[in-house]
Amino acid sequence: MDSAGEVVNDGKITLEGFTVAARAFADKWKRHNLSFPPWSWVPLINRTLLKKEEGYLSLEKIIILSSVDESAEEESLDVTADWSEREESIDHTVLVQNVEDEAHYYDYHIVYSASYMVPMLYFRGYSSDGRPLSLDVIKRDLPSSSVSLLLESKWTFITQEEHPYLNRPWFKLHPCGTEEWIKLLSESSSSDGCQMPVELYLVSWFSVVGQVVGLRTPLEMLI
Amino acid sequence: MAANEEEAMKYVWEGAIPLQIHLHKSEVASHPAPPPALVLAPRIGYLPLLVHLIKPYFKDSLPPGEDSIWFDYKGFPLKWYIPTGVLFDLICAEPERPWNLTIHFRGYPSNVLIPCEGEDSVKWNFVNSLKEAAYIINGNCKNVMNMSQSDQEDLWTSVMNGDLDAYTRLLPKLKMGNIEDEFSRKESLSSPTSRQGGTEIDVAGQVKTARIPVRLYVRSVDKNFENLEDVPEIDTWDDISYLNRPVEFLREEGKCFTLRDAIESLLPEYSGDRAQTSGEEEAVGSQETRGEIKMVRIQGIEMKLEIPFSWVVNNLMNPEFYLHISVLVKAAQR
Repeated sequence: MDSAGEVVNDGKITLEGFTVAARAFADKWKRHNLSFPPWSWVPLINRTLLKKEEGYLSLEKIIILSSVDESAEEESLDVTADWSEREESIDHTVLVQNVEDEAHYYDYHIVYSASYMVPMLYFRGYSSDGRPLSLDVIKRDLPSSSVSLLLESKWTFITQEEHPYLNRPWFKLHPCGTEEWIKLLSESSSSDGCQMPVELYLVSWFSVVGQVVGLRTPLEMLI
Repeated sequence: MAANEEEAMKYVWEGAIPLQIHLHKSEVASHPAPPPALVLAPRIGYLPLLVHLIKPYFKDSLPPGEDSIWFDYKGFPLKWYIPTGVLFDLICAEPERPWNLTIHFRGYPSNVLIPCEGEDSVKWNFVNSLKEAAYIINGNCKNVMNMSQSDQEDLWTSVMNGDLDAYTRLLPKLKMGNIEDEFSRKESLSSPTSRQGGTEIDVAGQVKTARIPVRLYVRSVDKNFENLEDVPEIDTWDDISYLNRPVEFLREEGKCFTLRDAIESLLPEYSGDRAQTSGEEEAVGSQETRGEIKMVRIQGIEMKLEIPFSWVVNNLMNPEFYLHISVLVKAAQR
């Protein structure tokens, strides 16, 4: 089914809509976020169990620096500062070479939830030798607002769960409630009530969800 | 709730698997080694909830160190967040009684299993699943979220203790829409108790859809087998595909939506064994390459695929409103 040109007006998205939105999101990211690697679409066509169009978005090996003498908050701001202004953006590779030992690597996957009919963010962190990071270590890389939310809602905000396609433990941002705030976003962002072109769905979604893990969405992407 | 449903629910809640639990030999620090522990594990329960029963048998044999408890079956690590009955149905194609499991108190395989902080982890796994099921059924999870802390706690305790009466008392607070059975369908088509959020009636009033929370575990086996005892031992979770997605329950006048329809809607590439009805399977070459559903098991029962799906859901779902289906398939030839 071709879902291009469709609109979202109840905060939910179909699987077909998700694949359209995912490609639009990846294209915009590539155009406006040059300092980051691109998101890639991982199709699941080899898995005979699944419908043909299924897959997920993947952004891997993102480096967040963790140095002992700086506060956690400053670190994560360092990395994500002003991505919209290209000339000021920080070159990751250079930073890595300087402090390779302290670098934390993060993989982010955007996966469709058939239950909630919204996207979900899965992520994992690992050190340069490949060892997975525990939530306690990851906390130091998260923005302070996420850390306080994590303390309040230990079991309903970020938990370790099985990656739906990879069969391994990943961290998951709970999707309950996504539909409501997407609805609010689409109401405020358009003049004609509460409709949002499906192509903008993931951009809007990520502008909120990305912040939870310290990834900013350049404003240009929202236009 | 109909009387027959209550009866089925009682069977589901009373279902249990006899376990014979061995302490892993690398953790035996006493001589002689402790004898295995025998425990009856509720099907709707979870393995970590048995630890308080098992630990007394082994605590004097353990080497020093901190506990990080997990279980395996013949070296295959068991996921604690899957109900015990589902694990048994999925992993033991030919049921083994007692089921010989190994307990480990050390060396948690955190690359394969998500961490478990004892009862709290299990409880929240249950509550989050219940929320997800409520969302699928009602279109929101308000009723679960708005439940008072004490009601939520009581609901969890009832599941943990297998206390069906307490559970049934608390159930109305969840206001879960239920689907009508095929038998009572005619009378209650316009009944106000039918599903609200997920149910839609088209203009002509002929087609109804509802969403049913389903967790499908598909174990694929490469080699052909005649009998269940010939199914090879499982050694990696990669041989099991897990689908957590609702079944779109489509109801048309004069048609019965069966378990087969439900499974095929989730597994379009597989077909159930229709050979029994058509007798022409052998002749159809394409069947060979498609892969084949060999067995479907729910709550320990080998299911006939012609059963109305509504009956299966209403009678055999777990307390978190998910229907867990274990499927054994012969993998497609490539």
